[in-house]
Amino acid sequence: MNLSQALSFVKPEIAVSITLVVLVLFDLIFHKDKRIIPYLAMAGIVVTGIILAANFNLTGTAFKTGGQYGMFTADPFANFVKMIVLIATFLIVLFAYDSDEINKITDRLGEYYALIFGMVLGMFFLISASDLILIYLSMELLSLSSYVLAGFTKLRDRNSEAALKYLIYGAISSGLMLFGISLVYGMTGTTNLFEINSLIQTPDINLYTFAFAMILIFAGIGYKISAVPFHYWTPDVYEGAPITITAYLSVASKAAGFALLIRFLRVGFATYVDKAGNWQVLDLFDWQTFLIIISVLTMTLGNFAALWQDNLKRMLAYSSIAHAGYMLLGVLVFSDKGVTAVLFYFFVYLIMNLGAFYVVMLIANKTGSEDIDDYDGLGYTAPFLGVTLAIFLVSLTGLPPTAGFIGKFYLFIALLDAKMAVVAVIAVINSVVSLYYYIRVLKHMYLTKNDNAPVVPVSKLAFSIVLVLSTATLFFGIYFTPVSDWAKSAAVILGIG
Amino acid sequence: MLVVGLTHYLVLSAFLFSLGLYGIVTRKNAIMVLMGIELMLNAANINFVAFSRYGNYGIGGQLAALFVIILAAAEAAIALAIVLNIYKTFANVDVDDINNLKE
Repeated sequence: MNLSQALSFVKPEIAVSITLVVLVLFDLIFHKDKRIIPYLAMAGIVVTGIILAANFNLTGTAFKTGGQYGMFTADPFANFVKMIVLIATFLIVLFAYDSDEINKITDRLGEYYALIFGMVLGMFFLISASDLILIYLSMELLSLSSYVLAGFTKLRDRNSEAALKYLIYGAISSGLMLFGISLVYGMTGTTNLFEINSLIQTPDINLYTFAFAMILIFAGIGYKISAVPFHYWTPDVYEGAPITITAYLSVASKAAGFALLIRFLRVGFATYVDKAGNWQVLDLFDWQTFLIIISVLTMTLGNFAALWQDNLKRMLAYSSIAHAGYMLLGVLVFSDKGVTAVLFYFFVYLIMNLGAFYVVMLIANKTGSEDIDDYDGLGYTAPFLGVTLAIFLVSLTGLPPTAGFIGKFYLFIALLDAKMAVVAVIAVINSVVSLYYYIRVLKHMYLTKNDNAPVVPVSKLAFSIVLVLSTATLFFGIYFTPVSDWAKSAAVILGIG
Repeated sequence: MLVVGLTHYLVLSAFLFSLGLYGIVTRKNAIMVLMGIELMLNAANINFVAFSRYGNYGIGGQLAALFVIILAAAEAAIALAIVLNIYKTFANVDVDDINNLKE
């Protein structure tokens, strides 16, 4: 395969890179008036989105390192997750218009968008990476941009604290992951996941070393999806970072982490996929038991820790940990059905989680805090935000008639198909627990008397964004077939077997 | 005569890795924590180079080590910038003291 053919697989990444360069250049040339920069970012997103949609079913690997398979894989699965990342990026750019935190940093706005595009580029490569070295590189590209963004606004000391914590935990887990990668390289002599798959089928792999390496590599992945016990950074960083970045981390970088985990397992360990879409996974390392334990711990800890949170951002951070636990359920069944469920859930999670964070941001613009006591009586003085926040929170709980219910439903069906009813029961109990802390917000908004509740002004743009997101949450709760069909058609991962 | 072989390098890298992890866990100064992280990355580098030399795996491992060195430099640059920012805010780089984000 020649270079131009290989490059045709990375067209979306090229578009993102060009946008990144253009953003930096415009920042340097027009440093007086930076209002044009968000529009440039949006244009870049739209162009990338069109390229992605046009090549949606493109399947193949590029950049071969000697073997039959390359280090970059393009398939519908990757394109679906990239689409999720792009939609999230688009919404984050829109969110920034009404964000007080972002509007105060007008002089560095160019850097802000350039760093966001750095994250997008890292995520795109992470989603498509089928080589351990590319996985590590793209993960670092994603992480390095997000460390800076977590402490970007420097308004309060909590910003810099968030950045430091994100950096230290991130650097440790990427160091662990790299050591694991070096061990895998030593055992197999390659870093390509396709080749690793066939090389680890020999009996002379030391199982203990291999298990050690896998746990180390999972430390890196688990950090990105904030799975217990690699979740320690999540509450602090989510609380300290600017809300737009928090929302972005909770959706986009988590989606990229999940795509990485799914591809890692599918390409590296699945040897055969039967007609029903169930994967035959190598038994060198018992991924299924390992992931069941991680998943149950993640959702239980996330939900129970959220019960005591009085800061809404912190509560949503723990809720996003719990959601990572739910989504791991779709991964650990090792079937195309599970992947479909995870993809569908990510689409829904994108809408409802970004919506919830956006409403919290609009209220924080006015009240200056995310404390739950500041929400007392807000349901009456800010009826629109109150009702929409209620919709998002009910959807996050997973109650009908919202999209969150359908998302959870697909996950549980995939679990029951894999005959893991016990895990499904634990997940349902967890959802019930989560009802308490989501409804607690509604209780503060509607049932607590407060005569001094502030009136929250909502701009036209904010009004329409919230309206679209909340309508979508309700709409996809009733008419979800197009999205589920789309997710089903995208559950095609290029792998062996 | 002692011939230095793969095992020696692996013991060295395991030692460096553990030392790095130990440093991260026990040191309070953010700079020392970052130094522990560098040790971990370099332990992996030794692994890559040693495996690629003694396993006859070609040049892949050494290229990986090169990539990691570059990334470690980039990470150190960003890490020091963030630590500097912390120092400006708190006049202190003790990771145990910087703990305002708690309920």
